[in-house]
Amino acid sequence: MAIWLDSKSKILVQGMTGSEGTKHTRRMVASGASVVAGVTPGKEGQDVDGIPIYNDVAAAMAHTGANVSVVFVPPRFAKAAVEEAVDSGIPLAVVITEGIPVHDTAQFFQYAQNSGATRIIGPNCPGIISPGQSNAGIIPADITQPGRIGLVSKSGTLTYQMMYELRDIGFSTCVGIGGDPIIGTTHIDCLAAFQEDPDTDAIVMIGEIGGDAEERAAAFIAENVSKPVVGYVAGFTAPEGKTMGHAGAIVSGSAGTASAKAEALEAVGVKVGRTPSAAARLMREVMGG
Amino acid sequence: MDLYEYQAKELFIRHGVPTTEGDVCTTPAEADAVAARVGGPVVVKAQVKTGGRGKAGGVKLAESRQDAREKAEAILGMDIKGHTVHRVLVAEASDIAEEYYVSLLLDRTNRSFLAMASIEGGVDIEEVAATKPEALAKIRVDALEGVTPALARDIADAAHFPETIRADVADILVELWRTLVDEDATLVEVNPLVQTPDGRVLALDGKVTLDENAAYRHPHHEAFIDIEGTDPIELRAGELNLNYVKLDGSVGIIGNGAGLVMSTLDVVSYAGEEFGGVEPANFLDIGGGASAEVMANGLDIVLNDPDVQAVFVNVFGGITACDAVANGIVNAMTMLEEKGEPVTKPIVCRIDGNNAEEGRRILNEAEHDLIELVETMDDAARRVAELAASRAAGK
Repeated sequence: MAIWLDSKSKILVQGMTGSEGTKHTRRMVASGASVVAGVTPGKEGQDVDGIPIYNDVAAAMAHTGANVSVVFVPPRFAKAAVEEAVDSGIPLAVVITEGIPVHDTAQFFQYAQNSGATRIIGPNCPGIISPGQSNAGIIPADITQPGRIGLVSKSGTLTYQMMYELRDIGFSTCVGIGGDPIIGTTHIDCLAAFQEDPDTDAIVMIGEIGGDAEERAAAFIAENVSKPVVGYVAGFTAPEGKTMGHAGAIVSGSAGTASAKAEALEAVGVKVGRTPSAAARLMREVMGG
Repeated sequence: MDLYEYQAKELFIRHGVPTTEGDVCTTPAEADAVAARVGGPVVVKAQVKTGGRGKAGGVKLAESRQDAREKAEAILGMDIKGHTVHRVLVAEASDIAEEYYVSLLLDRTNRSFLAMASIEGGVDIEEVAATKPEALAKIRVDALEGVTPALARDIADAAHFPETIRADVADILVELWRTLVDEDATLVEVNPLVQTPDGRVLALDGKVTLDENAAYRHPHHEAFIDIEGTDPIELRAGELNLNYVKLDGSVGIIGNGAGLVMSTLDVVSYAGEEFGGVEPANFLDIGGGASAEVMANGLDIVLNDPDVQAVFVNVFGGITACDAVANGIVNAMTMLEEKGEPVTKPIVCRIDGNNAEEGRRILNEAEHDLIELVETMDDAARRVAELAASRAAGK
């Protein structure tokens, strides 16, 4: 098992014929994922390496049984693409696209909530991987191996760093939830799913400055998570009022600081590393003990 | 992007939010002319992106056009909390009967929007929220439904605005929602919203934050970019499409991925404690696919910062494997030399991930005197802090 994505997942790629879409489709296929369809309006009948392209998500799902969409559509078309995926009732839409206006995200997130049919991961995220089973997004598959750690992170490269540092122990599922102010799947959603997953023994949670998601995750852990959790929070030295790369990573006043987040997590028994490597060492102790 | 008050008011006017008449001025002569056009007493307000300008002497009442000229002369060039005043807003001085507060903002926690309103305006609203939370009405706004006239009325009711002006306040809330949506703003705040003695309701001050991801659909927002208020290196980095933030320290930082770069800043800052408080000089994320050209642009920006004593290149090879990253670094050094800007500052590299060994071999074989390869992120941070400290001491 794993969370949300496993060996039975059938992936369609919205925007497969674009350069990023094609490149990452090939990488997903090479890592063993079952990519069954692409969607690009007006290109039905074409294919990418033999994977058929359809005009819309509904047709792709009807013909191939796809149950996961990975969205590589450019920002200005992303909202329509996600809403189409929701209308088609796809259970999981992984939105990789970076730079989507936050009003668009707020609207398509609400749209998905109203429909109740679709979980959205992202936007502005690297996606989700269950090593050895499936890979939906742009996470490099060959830096780690299957195992029993669950990982949730706002940051792509810190996800990779952690997967790599703990590659000998391995991961059940790694979810890059994205660094935007509004995201479809939160730390809490992932913590809840990992807690329920019989194939996950411990959880690494990587956070960063901005918002209060880590503080709320801490409150959730206190009440609902019995598996060990190791944390890392990036941005201790970030100045107030400056956006650090991710649109969501901004400290306003005393809210959203890395220190406040780390303290909240430690207060509920999460072991927090001061650096990514220190966090990896803490997880190594947890898994070895 | 945070806007100045006068820019926020431009957007208010475009969307029908009532505000005072006036205009922005960069010279005392302009202030004189605007005061003459507006007529009557005016208020001269420093345009700075920080609070407390009134207390700092940046807001003055002027009785005549001559007085407006003198007040503008005094305020222009003033320093308010480290912000130099380049512009003043000269606006009609309206009589105020009551001061209120309204705002609409992106609500990350609830993944929608939030309306806030209070009849205790004109003061620091965080203070009101902390000491008298019952005086600040907070109502969720659905991203798809928005602020309808009925919801606007509910907000005005919840905040207990006087009956006589509730309809006006509700109209303003609907207009502010239009401003928020049509301009792709994440914050629209009016503090104070005032009632004049003759019962009019006006936005006396305004704060707007725009979503830069939406800039492509608002060509007119380009005029809001604040050139004087932005660090010159940040401006240049922006032109090169690099994600750069200037900081105060002496270690230049280049990395791939926002989270990894934030983490690099922390690790350098911790390591720097051993060396008398060495700190990062910048945040620079060159993104997932670090090509030689992007790496060269990044090194160029960071090495040209006079505050930088040593550079830390911290790359995790995921999508772009480490051999490509290493080639990028080597090629970048050559490109800079060919540009006539040979590198003179030490560069500590840590590359890890896919094909790390091949990447390290490429850097070792390049035998560049100033490039030093360190295996782990924590050790590399310590080394670069040490180099920056000793180079600073040698000057």
